[in-house]
Amino acid sequence: MFYNILPAFIVGGLICVIGQLLMDLTKANITPAHVLVIFVTSGVILGGLGLYEPLVRIGGAGATVPLSGFGNTLAQGAIAGAQEKGFLGAFSGGIEAGAVGIAAAVLFGYLTAVVFNPKG
Amino acid sequence: MKEIRELYNKRGEKMNQSNLRPPTINLTPKEYKEITQRISPKPKVLKNVIMAFLVGGLICSFGQILINFYMNYTGLSKIAAQMAGTASLILLGALLTGLGVYDKIVKIGGAGGIVPVTGFANSMVSPALEYKREGYVFGVGGKLFTVAGPILVYGIVTSIIVGISYSIINWF
Repeated sequence: MFYNILPAFIVGGLICVIGQLLMDLTKANITPAHVLVIFVTSGVILGGLGLYEPLVRIGGAGATVPLSGFGNTLAQGAIAGAQEKGFLGAFSGGIEAGAVGIAAAVLFGYLTAVVFNPKG
Repeated sequence: MKEIRELYNKRGEKMNQSNLRPPTINLTPKEYKEITQRISPKPKVLKNVIMAFLVGGLICSFGQILINFYMNYTGLSKIAAQMAGTASLILLGALLTGLGVYDKIVKIGGAGGIVPVTGFANSMVSPALEYKREGYVFGVGGKLFTVAGPILVYGIVTSIIVGISYSIINWF
């Protein structure tokens, strides 16, 4: 049960290092929002090219937990949808695959923002 | 002081008591930028990278533990367990943001706290809380998507492009 935790640590850590280098080494002001957009978009592109799945096979959660993994999920869904339903599936597949994540984020985000009050 | 002396040298002026004050006030924006760039400390890249690796790695390992748990004890398939794990991490990230803990994690771990899906939850809750006083529609409801909106826009648009490209390639 624990054999896959170390690979998750290493792969996940390395993906986060890429984000840190983006923020520290680029001249333009790269905010966390930019980093997240860059990660999700690269995840979709890498996933579409079939280059992200090997990373998931090696790193497990180390590749799926970073936001690039969400991008990969969207791409895999769009491809699966295109295979099954053609053009219409290409439209619906991505959001269908990402639905659990999006719904969880909206629900939990909303409830937390309602229950808690800003600190300071 | 050294910076100011260099500035005088560059302008070809002598630095003495009588003209010591004005040039530091009448800096051109370009000179000001040069000086602040030189004085402000360089980000400690190596330390930031190590902390990002450790914090990001820990969050992902915790995600893996959750996924293992869902697979072994609730009988979910691998893909369902991954979804459940992601949803749990989002809940955790949102709660820790509400409690004011997640901001400290980001301060320590930098991108290690931002890039995982917990950081995505943080990017939603944080502005929603901050603008709560603007009401439940434009405050909470709107600001939830300050960062999540762009992420969804670029993620969904790119995924549709990927799906359509795949259909077109398969057409031939």
